[in-house]
Amino acid sequence: MTAAPVIQARGLELTFETNDGPVHALKDIDLDIEKGEFVSFIGPSGCGKTTFLRCIAALETPTGGSLTVNGISPEEARKARSYGYVFQAAGLYPWRTIAGNVKLPLEIMGYSKAQQQERVEKVLSLVDLEGFGKKFPWQLSGGMQQRASIARALAFDAEILLMDEPFGALDEIVRDKLNEELLKLWSATNKTIGFVTHSIPEAVYLSTKIVVMSPRPGRIHEVIESTLPKGPRPLDIRDSEEFLQIAHRVREGLRAGHAYDE
Amino acid sequence: MKMIAPVLTVLAAILLLWYAATVWMNSQWTYDQAARAGEEVTFSELVTDTLTQKRPVLPAPHQVAVGLWEGVAGQKITSKRSLVFHGWITLSATLAGFALGTGLGILLAVGITHSRAMDLSVMPWAIASQTIPILAIAPMVIVVLASLGITGLLPKAIIAAYLSFFPVLVGMVKGLRAPDHMQLDLLKTYNASQGATFWKLRLPSSMPYLFASLKVGVAASLVGTIVAELPAGATRGLGARLLSGSYYGQTVQIWSALFAAAALAAILVVVVGIIEQITLKRMGMVQ
Ligand SMILES: Nc1ncnc2c1ncn2[C@@H]1O[C@H](COP(=O)(O)OP(=O)(O)OP(=O)(O)O)[C@@H](O)[C@H]1O
Ligand SMILES: [Mg+2]
Repeated sequence: MTAAPVIQARGLELTFETNDGPVHALKDIDLDIEKGEFVSFIGPSGCGKTTFLRCIAALETPTGGSLTVNGISPEEARKARSYGYVFQAAGLYPWRTIAGNVKLPLEIMGYSKAQQQERVEKVLSLVDLEGFGKKFPWQLSGGMQQRASIARALAFDAEILLMDEPFGALDEIVRDKLNEELLKLWSATNKTIGFVTHSIPEAVYLSTKIVVMSPRPGRIHEVIESTLPKGPRPLDIRDSEEFLQIAHRVREGLRAGHAYDE
Repeated sequence: MKMIAPVLTVLAAILLLWYAATVWMNSQWTYDQAARAGEEVTFSELVTDTLTQKRPVLPAPHQVAVGLWEGVAGQKITSKRSLVFHGWITLSATLAGFALGTGLGILLAVGITHSRAMDLSVMPWAIASQTIPILAIAPMVIVVLASLGITGLLPKAIIAAYLSFFPVLVGMVKGLRAPDHMQLDLLKTYNASQGATFWKLRLPSSMPYLFASLKVGVAASLVGTIVAELPAGATRGLGARLLSGSYYGQTVQIWSALFAAAALAAILVVVVGIIEQITLKRMGMVQ
């Protein structure tokens, strides 16, 4: 870990000016994310997880502190098309078929027709949606739509993948399978991933680093480095002593973070 | 099928009211005639007479129906007395004006949604333009263009466009602004250009709004054309037919032309509706 971090936040701050006064969504955020790390953000609702991801993707402008991506500003990184972003809701375009939705970033980024075709097929099978390409979003269940939106973010080669509760709407079995797939994909591509979740086991299973956040103002309560092996992990690693210990630390962190609140 | 009973009931009620109004409004003439001849009128004589007058104040439904039938089927369609002939004159100007107005409305809407300066400068004028009564504008446009040697379809189309661009403009501005934050943010993460955002997000989002305003626009276009046919002694078109009918007291002719215009409007709106259904279905936006 000698290379400069991919994402570096120093004293990052974001205050929304609302009609009911300022909302401190983020305060004093210091965080380094190295290239190829899988970082999960966990914390109670409203603690600024989404806001932080949006800052990284240059969808929000911080009101203080510094944030760099690959040593340049998030804005410039976005122009270099570094991000694949999976939003909290699927947000498929209703007038496009599933394949058409997945194709959208490829069209915008100027991939050839043949490449588009090939990539769409590849990522749709990755999220288990082969055969659904010609369907419109309303013909699919909410979970399937969410998977399509993941496929859309995977279709092009973004260096950084930002995922905001991508598996929140899925059933346990599909979730397990996608967690496994995601880990495989990640270790095969060396992407850097920022991942928001409310599930402690999911965070521990996936991450190399778990960021526990606390609300009002949104802060980082604790950063837990995972001792689990990097790379693909078998699902039954979740029964190991080591796993349970990390999960325990995350739970303690969440509880302590909440305590500020009272 | 469930719809038929209520529709027929309303239709029957309207016809009944209409007949009653016919008897009532035409009775004066019948009484005057009878008084001149020194006769008494019974109720049944009153009814038969009021429903069959040559120049009634209000023609009876069946008289209008006959007038319509004669106008549509009873003439060669090239005849000056054919409603098909006049209807076609009006229709062609309506369609030309509708196309013109729609194009203008869409162009202005695109400008307004992409430029703050245009939003501030064009919108107030567009609204102001619709507060001026079309009846005041139409003769001016006709006269000015005629003095430039432009007559026929174009002046009418311009007035039709004047009325139809507005609903299209308003609908399209709303439609082009319809995409929500997440849909826009998604394109932002791809660093999509303004052009890509327009073609891939704003334009498709605006389609339902566009069609809703096209329906209003096509009807407005027809009204504009008919109004444009009224002044300066036009001799062709449904508007001219209305006017000459009122010159000569031919109420049946007026009402026939009116119904022809209403039918034309209905057909135009239905056609736009069908195109809407097909387009939105293809786009996957209706189920
Ligand atoms: N555009 C905005 N304007 C004003 N306040 C905002 C805005 N976006 C977020 N906030 C506030 O910032 C805080 C953090 O919001 P954020 O969406 O980041 O929470 P979160 O951790 O993602 O929550 P959840 O788990 O429910 O998704 C909240 O208090 C929210 O009300
Ligand atoms: Mg959130």
